[in-house]
Amino acid sequence: MHDFTPVSALAGGALIGLASVWLLAANGRIAGVSGILHGIFSPPEAQWRAWFISGLLLAGLAWQAAGAPVPLREGFPLIWAAAAGLLVGFGTRMGGGCTSGHGVCGLGRMSARSLVAVIVFMAAGMISVFVVRHLLGVTS
Amino acid sequence: MSALLSALGAGFLFGIGLWVSGMANPKKVLGFLDITGDWDASLMFVMAGAVAVTLVGFRMYKTKIPVPTLKDIDFPLIAGSALFGIGWGIAGYCPGPAITSLSTLSAESIVFVIAMVAGGLLYRGKT
Repeated sequence: MHDFTPVSALAGGALIGLASVWLLAANGRIAGVSGILHGIFSPPEAQWRAWFISGLLLAGLAWQAAGAPVPLREGFPLIWAAAAGLLVGFGTRMGGGCTSGHGVCGLGRMSARSLVAVIVFMAAGMISVFVVRHLLGVTS
Repeated sequence: MSALLSALGAGFLFGIGLWVSGMANPKKVLGFLDITGDWDASLMFVMAGAVAVTLVGFRMYKTKIPVPTLKDIDFPLIAGSALFGIGWGIAGYCPGPAITSLSTLSAESIVFVIAMVAGGLLYRGKT
């Protein structure tokens, strides 16, 4: 095992949890990023969602402006990026959530549905990496 | 504080958490999902740290939690989560990290997010 970074992972995770509690406390909303993103395309309640997504983008800009390390990946095939994006967009809408909505928030409110979703997408992700990286040899 | 500003602030803090934790690094995400290769267990700690906070915080604001409209563990939940997991394992991006990575203007993040939005609209078109 290399690049093991449990402290920054735990600290970053705590910030993600805090942001989710903040959105619940202040706005009465669940911080599920896939649902928030997709909700931008449905006029009612689109506005706060656009502001949340803008916050996510601003965080990336601030992170770079502060000179923090940005891990860029070179040469990942764009056709695979497109296929992956389609699957993530379609799958998160069909399944009603992603790593944040089902993971961070769903587990936080002890939802059985979310626990099942997390187990399924983690297992599918591990199988997917095995197939794509080790059987098909796609560079990453 | 207005609802829009607090949504902006929550999104910002969420995004900083993604960068600090390593979730915005697709190579690290794939390293975490690669249990048969050179496994990097770090991202388990992201979920642990986040859920430790939400378990306590959501209990404090229990009355604010929207009533879930869906309760059954059904086919769309399982099939949708499986499709999401497959896509996550291909590129190493889930929705939040993909969006905050747009700020780097990398071609892969732009292509991924456009496809992700299209995938969501495609699903809505089917229902």
